[in-house]
Amino acid sequence: MTTLHALLSLAFLAQVMRMAVPYALAAVGGSLSERSGIIDIALEGKLLFGAFGATIGAYYSGSVAVGVLAGVAAGAAVAALYATVVIRFRADQIVAGVAINMLAYGATRYLLEIPFHSTASSPRHAGFGPSLAANPVLWFALVLIAAAGYVMYRTPPGLRLRASGEHPGAVASLGISVARVRWVSVLSAGAYAGLGGAWLSLSQHSFVAEMSRGRGYIALAAVIMGRWNPLLAALACLLFATADAFQVQFATTGSAIPSELLSTLPYALTILVLAGFMWRSRPPAALGKSDDA
Amino acid sequence: MTWPDWRREAYATAVALLVATAIGSVLILAIGQSPARVYATLLAETWGDASGISQVLFKATPLIFTGLAVAVAFHAGLFNIGGEGQTIAGSLATAVMASAMPGAPAVVAVPAAIMAGALAGAAVGALPGFLKAATGSHEVINTIMLNFIVAGVALQLGNSRLFVGGQAHTARIPAAAELPRLGAGGSALNASFLLALVCAGAAWVLLYRSRVGFQWRAAGANSGAAEAGGVRLGRVMVGAMAMSGALAGLVGSNYVLGYKYYFEDGIGRGVGFMGIAVALLGRNHPVGVVVAALVFGTLAQGGFAVSQLVPRELVEVLDAVVILAVICASAEVRRRAARVVRA
Repeated sequence: MTTLHALLSLAFLAQVMRMAVPYALAAVGGSLSERSGIIDIALEGKLLFGAFGATIGAYYSGSVAVGVLAGVAAGAAVAALYATVVIRFRADQIVAGVAINMLAYGATRYLLEIPFHSTASSPRHAGFGPSLAANPVLWFALVLIAAAGYVMYRTPPGLRLRASGEHPGAVASLGISVARVRWVSVLSAGAYAGLGGAWLSLSQHSFVAEMSRGRGYIALAAVIMGRWNPLLAALACLLFATADAFQVQFATTGSAIPSELLSTLPYALTILVLAGFMWRSRPPAALGKSDDA
Repeated sequence: MTWPDWRREAYATAVALLVATAIGSVLILAIGQSPARVYATLLAETWGDASGISQVLFKATPLIFTGLAVAVAFHAGLFNIGGEGQTIAGSLATAVMASAMPGAPAVVAVPAAIMAGALAGAAVGALPGFLKAATGSHEVINTIMLNFIVAGVALQLGNSRLFVGGQAHTARIPAAAELPRLGAGGSALNASFLLALVCAGAAWVLLYRSRVGFQWRAAGANSGAAEAGGVRLGRVMVGAMAMSGALAGLVGSNYVLGYKYYFEDGIGRGVGFMGIAVALLGRNHPVGVVVAALVFGTLAQGGFAVSQLVPRELVEVLDAVVILAVICASAEVRRRAARVVRA
């Protein structure tokens, strides 16, 4: 009974929301990128650079707002590097994504050394207050997530974005630059994931090496679970965040399912969904095919 | 590839390495050190003496396995990003098998432990191959997901049964299962390096001199034509992914049988992903893979050597920069060549 009470409490729901925000922002960003035809394995790296950028911004300005902006900018900057490699040079998107993630793990530690003389963590800096509901960034993030869904399905730019991922030739034949549509999508994905990363470091009031801890890959799983629909992807993130919060809960109360196995749940679900065992999830037709842009 | 292709790729690689060196110099300057001094130290401490060379070969050993793993799958048109998970499964199976035979002589214990690692890696690799053949789901996503699943399962098995003494590693394997050390100056270089070279030779024969390899390459080059010619694509997917996973699983021979003598949480972390870089730089050719593994092995060992001057993470950054520079340069060079042909 005590466990049930704890789970249904407001504190538990707040915990779920807190954990869901970085997942959801990354997953919505990933949906934007992938619907335009660009694979986004680099979500993990964007989250990590976003967290790093937010720490630098917040530390030197003492302002959370500057931290948020710096996180968004850092995410977009990494996305610009990624876009240069895969759109300008049309290099392999999977290899490039893996490389960006490796870069993020190494570079954030390396760059941390320059101002803070440590490759492990930053000093404490300004960050979010204890109240979740009073945090404007939460509401901002929710608006951004809803906006992504609206733009993608209810506006002409959204149609062009989806068409670039399904049939780039048709988009090009209308005189629209597929490369430009994809650049905008990839940069937006970077900004979303950067904000998600900023959420991580501003919640903890410091940057810790590798603090993204595989969240980018879980977000990628959510993109697939949500059938490349940003709103469904965000919902999947809510599910994964609930599983995370359970884990935290069980760490104190004990559970029947070992936490090591519970943490593999998003990944196992993704494999089942992709295989069509639960529901069909079909990727955009031109996803990853950069030759036709 | 024909000879002009090789020349073009070599040119692209040279340009990419130069760019990477330049970016590395900027990063070194940013931290207030002299690039010349860092690079000179890096080379002197790796290729300067016998113990340095031994350590480079030791660091290159797992990279040869995972590089071959990615290359073999690539030839069959498959992208194996599951090297991390396959390496963990292989290492754990190697340790469990070695410990399961306390009285066995080396001629039994060593091959059995190595085979166990290869089989475990093959099983983890074959699953995404099977899923692709049966349901069409993409092996890239499935191998990524399996990396996390295998890590979680291995940790759970370790914590609940295998880890000893309140630590995150298994019991020490029997002495008979240990591989002999080969290196100078206390280096951990061991007989696993020779196994890696044998695997590179075997991979060459498999890919370029066997019927199966021909079918794999045919499926990778043009799956429709291969299928029309009688190649069963489902078999290729399962077979090539299983072989790829087996190669990654052999990493356990280096870490478990030749270095640590037990399995521990986080063992071999990163070498699976680095296999992608190695295969890429080595152009998916077994000889190229060995050379590329030596390059990245030099960087890995050099990172320790220069850690007095700059943070060790410089090497991770350089690894990533090399990958990005290589894929950009070779895509650009290929496109230019295609333009010339068309004109």
